[in-house]
Amino acid sequence: MPKVMCLAIPMRIASIEGDEAEAEVGGVVRRVSIALTPEAKVGEYVLLHTGYAIGVIDEVEAKETLKLLEEIASFSEVS
Amino acid sequence: MKFLDEYQNSDLATKLARRIASRSIKPIRLMEFCGGHTHAIMRHGIRQLVPETVEMRAGPGCPVCVTATTDLDKAIALAWLPNVTITTFGDMMRVPGSYSSLQRTKAEGADVRVVYSTMDAVEIARENPKKSVIFIGIGFETTAPTIAASIIKAQQEGIENFHVLSCLKLTPPVMKTLLDSGEVKLDGIICPGHVSVIIGSRPYEFIPADYGVACVISGFEPIDILLCVSKLVEQIEAGQPKVEIAYRRGVKPQGNRKALELMEEVFQIDGANWRGIGIVPQSGLKINQEYEHFDADKVFSGLLRFARNDKPVREPKGCRCGDVIRGVATPLECHLFGKVCTPEKPVGPCMVSSEGACAAYYQYGSPESSENF
Repeated sequence: MPKVMCLAIPMRIASIEGDEAEAEVGGVVRRVSIALTPEAKVGEYVLLHTGYAIGVIDEVEAKETLKLLEEIASFSEVS
Repeated sequence: MKFLDEYQNSDLATKLARRIASRSIKPIRLMEFCGGHTHAIMRHGIRQLVPETVEMRAGPGCPVCVTATTDLDKAIALAWLPNVTITTFGDMMRVPGSYSSLQRTKAEGADVRVVYSTMDAVEIARENPKKSVIFIGIGFETTAPTIAASIIKAQQEGIENFHVLSCLKLTPPVMKTLLDSGEVKLDGIICPGHVSVIIGSRPYEFIPADYGVACVISGFEPIDILLCVSKLVEQIEAGQPKVEIAYRRGVKPQGNRKALELMEEVFQIDGANWRGIGIVPQSGLKINQEYEHFDADKVFSGLLRFARNDKPVREPKGCRCGDVIRGVATPLECHLFGKVCTPEKPVGPCMVSSEGACAAYYQYGSPESSENF
């Protein structure tokens, strides 16, 4: 787990029980609080900060950003 | 790992850097507010990747660093009260107060414990009903809702021996203070990613509007930061500063509503004392009246006054953490840096904390020490 306080790691929600969840990253499973992200669903990725999921990662936006980055990359090839 | 690896692609980084170089004409200065960004920038050698026209300056976004010595002295005084257990994030342990540190206080026999989360502090309180368990609540808007959630949990479960010493601080008001002071001229701000997950992008709107300074919210991977710099350069070159989100997978314009609600429920906005800056009005969060039985400041104020020995607050001599926090100086401009002050024997908090600018410069300062990605 990171020492850097404002860092938050993307972890996948494996199961939910009340306002707690089991989240997984790279084979490591942790019990986390989803008190700040009650909308989180199993299978979604959350940003984990000091034991709390502070936000749900928006997969659609993530794809859009990657598309934009690909465009930038191909543009810089021609320019 | 998903949502990490794709933002660490070195080929893409080179292309982004080339794009920035081709668009950046006039010399500009950007401030990365967040210590997590400073760390990532140094670690991945991003200062060497961007063109010479782009200067990157670390800002005040290191929670440990901005905690005032008076607050740390108070935490240490609390540790010596009878039947008190102090719980804290690990980074606070080695920060020198006026006369001691939490680590030394622990070594001298006080009950000081490092926790990873406020949830752990609540658990310690539950398991030790005869002790007063005080959590040293440092942090920005990223951490504030987690502390609010822990207080609400303690309230719901009737854990009355849990208390928080709130040293929580707010980002936009201190940005305003830095801009008003005019000490360091800025063209753009790399806005903190995880603070913005909570508060959204709207609280920064006054910065381009009133100060003409560009604001782009960034994630923490190298590609995120380069994309952010690219957007900042484009805004500045076009003369059209605005607030943009370059971390869209995490940040919504409105922020995290639930987290904001919990903060609103537990805290009230108050002035806060920042190391190197002083009292900034409306820049801190204190526990409100309804939850005051959780407020260590209120609950223990009588005992603290009784125990106080009126020794004056002392700052480490020659330490320029205050200037580094305000972005007025880089760590390299401090005479103690790397000589008297090292991560093994830190003089000031910016060398102690893993988010501190001095620690990042020390660890990754030379181009050879930054990691390839």
